[in-house]
Amino acid sequence: MSIAPPDFESIWQTADRPDAGELGLCVHCGFCLNACPTYHDLGVETGSPRGRIALMRGLDDGRLEWSPRVQQHFDQCLQCRACETACPSKVPYGRLMEATRAEAFAQDRWPRRQRIIWRVIMRGLFPYPRRMRLAGYGLKLYQTSGLQSLVRRSGLLKRLAPKLAEIDALSPNADRPFYSNAEAARVSPKRTPRAHASLVTGCMMPLAYPDTHRATVNVFARNGVAVDAPSAQVCCGALHAHGGDVEASRDLARANIDAFTPLGSELPDAVLINAAGCGSHLKEYGHLLRNDEEYADRAAAFASRVRDVHEWLVEIGFELPMGRIERRVTYQDSCHLSHAQGIRKAPREVLTSIPGLELAEMRTPDRCCGSAGIYSVVQSEISQRVLAEKMSDVLGTGADQICTANPGCMLQLDAGIARFDDDQRMIPRSIHAIELLDESYRLGDQAQTR
Amino acid sequence: MKTPTALVLELIEAIGEDAVVWHDEDLLVYEYDGTIDRGNPDVIALPADTDDVSALIRIANKHGASVTPRGAGTGLSGGALAAKGGVIIGMNRMRRILSVDAENKTALVQPGVVNLDLGLEAERHGLAYAPDPSSQRACTIGGNIAENAGGPHTLAWGTTTNHVLAVELVTADGEVQWIGHDTRDEPGYDLVGCVVGSEGTVGIVTQALVRLVPRPSAVRTMLAVYDSVRDASNAVSAVVASGIVPAALEMIDKMTIAAVEPVLNTGFPLDAEAVLLVEVDGPESQVEAEGARVESILRRFEPREVRSATDHEEREHLWAGRKGAIGALGQIMPNYYLLDGVVPRTKLPDVLDAVYEIAERYRLPVANMFHAGDGNLHPCLLFDEREPGATARVLDAGGEIMRVCVDAGGAITGEHGVGLEKRDYLPWIFSEADMDAMKSLRAAFGPTENFNPCKIFPAGHGCGEAGHQHHAQQQIAKFGPKAFV
Repeated sequence: MSIAPPDFESIWQTADRPDAGELGLCVHCGFCLNACPTYHDLGVETGSPRGRIALMRGLDDGRLEWSPRVQQHFDQCLQCRACETACPSKVPYGRLMEATRAEAFAQDRWPRRQRIIWRVIMRGLFPYPRRMRLAGYGLKLYQTSGLQSLVRRSGLLKRLAPKLAEIDALSPNADRPFYSNAEAARVSPKRTPRAHASLVTGCMMPLAYPDTHRATVNVFARNGVAVDAPSAQVCCGALHAHGGDVEASRDLARANIDAFTPLGSELPDAVLINAAGCGSHLKEYGHLLRNDEEYADRAAAFASRVRDVHEWLVEIGFELPMGRIERRVTYQDSCHLSHAQGIRKAPREVLTSIPGLELAEMRTPDRCCGSAGIYSVVQSEISQRVLAEKMSDVLGTGADQICTANPGCMLQLDAGIARFDDDQRMIPRSIHAIELLDESYRLGDQAQTR
Repeated sequence: MKTPTALVLELIEAIGEDAVVWHDEDLLVYEYDGTIDRGNPDVIALPADTDDVSALIRIANKHGASVTPRGAGTGLSGGALAAKGGVIIGMNRMRRILSVDAENKTALVQPGVVNLDLGLEAERHGLAYAPDPSSQRACTIGGNIAENAGGPHTLAWGTTTNHVLAVELVTADGEVQWIGHDTRDEPGYDLVGCVVGSEGTVGIVTQALVRLVPRPSAVRTMLAVYDSVRDASNAVSAVVASGIVPAALEMIDKMTIAAVEPVLNTGFPLDAEAVLLVEVDGPESQVEAEGARVESILRRFEPREVRSATDHEEREHLWAGRKGAIGALGQIMPNYYLLDGVVPRTKLPDVLDAVYEIAERYRLPVANMFHAGDGNLHPCLLFDEREPGATARVLDAGGEIMRVCVDAGGAITGEHGVGLEKRDYLPWIFSEADMDAMKSLRAAFGPTENFNPCKIFPAGHGCGEAGHQHHAQQQIAKFGPKAFV
């Protein structure tokens, strides 16, 4: 697919525009409708993938004005890409939506307030690991001082600033020591390593889910892989790309390519990632920097080495765990693992390898939970309704715990448990499969030494 | 800023603001269905229950606006398009499965229930809903009833009309009535049979009592690969002639394989001229015996290979290749024109030859994937509507293919309905008197003239320019019954 030369009448203004050929792949058969959580929720075709593609085409061929209404239909998309799984024509919907959002961002089509908040948080905070850490300590203080529970009990925030209350409900528990990239090198395989991997630790995970990183390094070391976590790495830029801020996303991508694959060095056997949203985006670095003369080739090489932890673990083969975990677990397919990367079996293979663990499947485990990056905050009403449906599916399985593969999903599902698990039967925190595997290894070792 | 019309305001008052779609940019996404025709509605109304439907119809009548029912908009004959503008009543929000009676093998559903969702719910009770159109992941039971939808597995089980016991119908004057009975043999005329397949021209179904069937205890799915289409179609004829009724008997040709295989990896060989997908089901012993007989028949026509799916996953995979075929054609060209002719099964080889010949003459790629077992052809002409004159060429070629089907003793639709798309071909199979009789039947349901106008019957006031079909109309006006011969 080539990018048509911009003609002066076109509504698109950048090279990131949706590709006309890719738009042409949609034959409006409608197979995507029932797979789409927002069509399901809103019940209108403007809230469906087919409808949004028709709107993109309408803009593309000049039939449509880019009104705030049209923009709203684009904004309501979760970008879960369930439609791509359903699409027999393999329309790269996620890519088209990102391209459309890139144009919207470049053309300043957001409300002013949203633009300002974006600049402050997404450009001023997320790209800087130190600032993120500071924010993390702030959150820790807020939580350990008892202020958070006071705020929640009083219900004051809900009345004064409902938006902030929503964010508060979705904030992670910062009760574990934050992950430091230097920790990775301290764990090494017992024998000569059979492979070498570099771990992407990301912006949020070291603060919100540091134990997932610890478990990842342990599990791979046990399976003969030396893991390091390059210290110069930054946020992967997935949230930026999903929002349309491709320039920020490209800056971050270049910084990561330099951090993981410095010029003249050998590529690691795998660039390992345990967050589905990030993994999906890292695999797209080649596309993201396709027009960057200096980085295009390096980006493609980098992307070719990116592996989700489940994917790679199953690919290289892993030692079967021996420790019993008597638990009923349901697995939520993170959209960016299942729909975007096509990885569905590997996480289940990891889970079912654990003795005592029972995998209780939902009716629709690959339906989005409504987290979708910052969607849960900016489109909170739809997000909460999508979550409500997800939780009824979850609770129907009778599971003790939710296992999933992405920090956003974990935060959202934890908020879901807090809100919907009335009998408080479930473990209030969802978990990554790699942590369960690590725990099972550890329990197995303990049983042996006893 | 557009201001809402009196009609829109009244609809909003009746069912609420978030259930009425009327802004221009929003209406744009309701102008199509799954095929090439277009229609521009003035407003979409999305009822939540039967009373809403009744109220909406009365309001539309008051304003003299036409009413077009719509489900998921996956139809393939323009049935859900607002040919004369007016109100589209979108049934997709009425999507609850109200009850399943496993003992009596029935389910009571709202029309917006997606076919596959009903199938999955039935499966939880050890049952199945038999009609399985290829669009079953998205299409709704209401739309299935309107079009009398078929599917690969209707060869053995029959189309939708065999699976609907009773319906709640809101008629064109807004009256609500139940038609049918929870047993199959209600005395008197088969009125349910009149509603099923009426293409939304006699009313809107707001509830349906459907029949569920037991799930077969065993299934065998075979893939037979042929180096010529003629061998494959001869094999089809031979299977049918043997007296065995397979659960499904599908043919997929080379062009279709070229579209499907790269994206779905179904395992259809890219260099084969045609593959057959044959399924037998029932009790274990029967499947074993029939499977063996079918296989030996398939082998008589020099297949390159005959193999069986070894597990559920492989079976699903093969079917994904068949059911995703139409959409996958987007890989080859941006538009397709999907035809739906039926021919006597013995004529299949000759008619297929003619289809390929016509497509070649019009310089159009053609893909064939179809229900070979019941002679239901789906030639799919591929084109790019942005190329000047392409659409007209496609419609001409389509007309010729339809004509070939009719001349072979067949008909112009097997399961997609006549709709907007093929209404001008109706006189090829029915006389004026026939069509008048059908119109009287329609009128018996009430003042239906504004109800899904311009569908099924040719011409009609104000329908001249509706859809793409005026080209075909001109041809027919010019050449009369000899058009496309």
